[in-house]
Amino acid sequence: MEDLVSIHNMTFSRGERKIYEDISLRIPKGKTTAIMGPSGIGKTTLLRLIGGQLRPDEGDIRFKGESIPGMTRKRLFEVRREMSMLFQSGALFTEMTVFDNVAFPIREHTTLSEELIRILVLMKLQAVGLRGAAQMMPSELSGGMARRAALARAIALDPELIMYDEPFAGQDPISMGVVVKLIKELNDALNLTSIVVSHDVGEVLSIADYVYVLADKRVVGEGTPEQIKEHESELVQQFLQGKADGPVRFHYPSRSMQEQLLEAN
Amino acid sequence: MEWFAGIGRSTMGMAAGLGRAAYLLFGSLVARPQPLKNFPLTIRQIYVVGVQSLLIIIVSGAFIGMVLALQAYTVLVDYGAEQSLGPMVALSLLRELGPVVTALLFAGRAGSALTAEIGLMKATEQLSSLEMMAVDPLRRVIAPRLWAGIISMPLLALIFSTVGILGGHAVGVDWLGVDSGSYWSVMQAAVDFNDDVMNGVIKSVVFAFVVTWIAVFKGYDAVPTSEGIGQATTQTVVYSSLAVLGLDFVLTALMFGTH
Repeated sequence: MEDLVSIHNMTFSRGERKIYEDISLRIPKGKTTAIMGPSGIGKTTLLRLIGGQLRPDEGDIRFKGESIPGMTRKRLFEVRREMSMLFQSGALFTEMTVFDNVAFPIREHTTLSEELIRILVLMKLQAVGLRGAAQMMPSELSGGMARRAALARAIALDPELIMYDEPFAGQDPISMGVVVKLIKELNDALNLTSIVVSHDVGEVLSIADYVYVLADKRVVGEGTPEQIKEHESELVQQFLQGKADGPVRFHYPSRSMQEQLLEAN
Repeated sequence: MEWFAGIGRSTMGMAAGLGRAAYLLFGSLVARPQPLKNFPLTIRQIYVVGVQSLLIIIVSGAFIGMVLALQAYTVLVDYGAEQSLGPMVALSLLRELGPVVTALLFAGRAGSALTAEIGLMKATEQLSSLEMMAVDPLRRVIAPRLWAGIISMPLLALIFSTVGILGGHAVGVDWLGVDSGSYWSVMQAAVDFNDDVMNGVIKSVVFAFVVTWIAVFKGYDAVPTSEGIGQATTQTVVYSSLAVLGLDFVLTALMFGTH
């Protein structure tokens, strides 16, 4: 299987804090790859690294075999037209209607006529079920609708790679179901490659072809959803089953309680 | 030792901030300018920062002109020099008050709004998503706002001075009884187009550049939280006010200091 994106022995730190240490991942073409892990582990950071918004300290990130950190800004902007990202907040432009938001990347990067753009935008909105909301402003949309509108914008230019940043966070069960269905359908219908970053175990395992579990700056487990469910790592099992205590401790590291209480007297 | 390290740290921080601000300026105005594509966006921003500031500029200009005339009259009339009221009002406004007060009002009205808007765009990931859509936010968001500020403020300053001179006329001539003909003709004789009007415009362009630069940079560089945006907005008003007053002294010394 050909890899669309591959990460080789990458190390990344923010200030003094190491976020990733020597990790390697492969994102096969045409598949949905999930990246799971506790919050604060830098999952969004990983997407920004792939998108070239951040540069790794060491190691390499390749998109279709071409090194992203090594690209010129011009080349990077060209490559970004083939990828797109669905941000956690949706990140719709607040001063434009939903229609103009979806039309934005098309207007920006093509010279199509307005008539053609109208047809394209309506098709994209139809795909996410929001054709009726085309003339609404982003502030009038519910959280779930805003994310769907943002998804329509993300697929406006028919990218090859789409990165979902926490697509299920803060959604009610119905909109969660809608998003799960959309990710699955878009991936199959448009032959996309998807990267889903999330900590919603159930939803992720239901749509992913391959799963990476990140914790403690590295990959602690990987495999198909079935393999992950049977994974022998305690850390992976704690994460999947949501146990309060395990390799990730319930208590934030501290001195012994006895010592601290006695000191107060 | 601790305070010494502190000085070093804040100096480094300041230098890094200046570097980022210069990079922002370079990236938005110098590198790969796209005037044609940005033209409609700039027009829209001129409406937002310029036209929507008109009311506050006109009202303030009128009152400043009226107060100037009132204060100057009480002093001048003792020496029988009330004919000098015209040049007094006009020169104060064109050389100093017009550019300076306009810049201060602009910083409070439009600068703070620019910072808050850009900061919020950053906090809601709109700037990141532009970048991921292969659209450079420096060109798309920052450049039109910078141009709009640089174009609007000198015009606003001229409007401010004009309204101020009319306000001075209302108080000096219509109320206090200075002769209208002498108000205008003495003013005409005393005000030089290059020395006074153009120097005021030059001041205004410099202030416009600095205030708008500070405003967009503070927004772009803001910590993307509600607290960070609040802080950035305050900093915009404080820094640009101080910069305007400091630069005004320097420019005045250069322009009028050698007479």
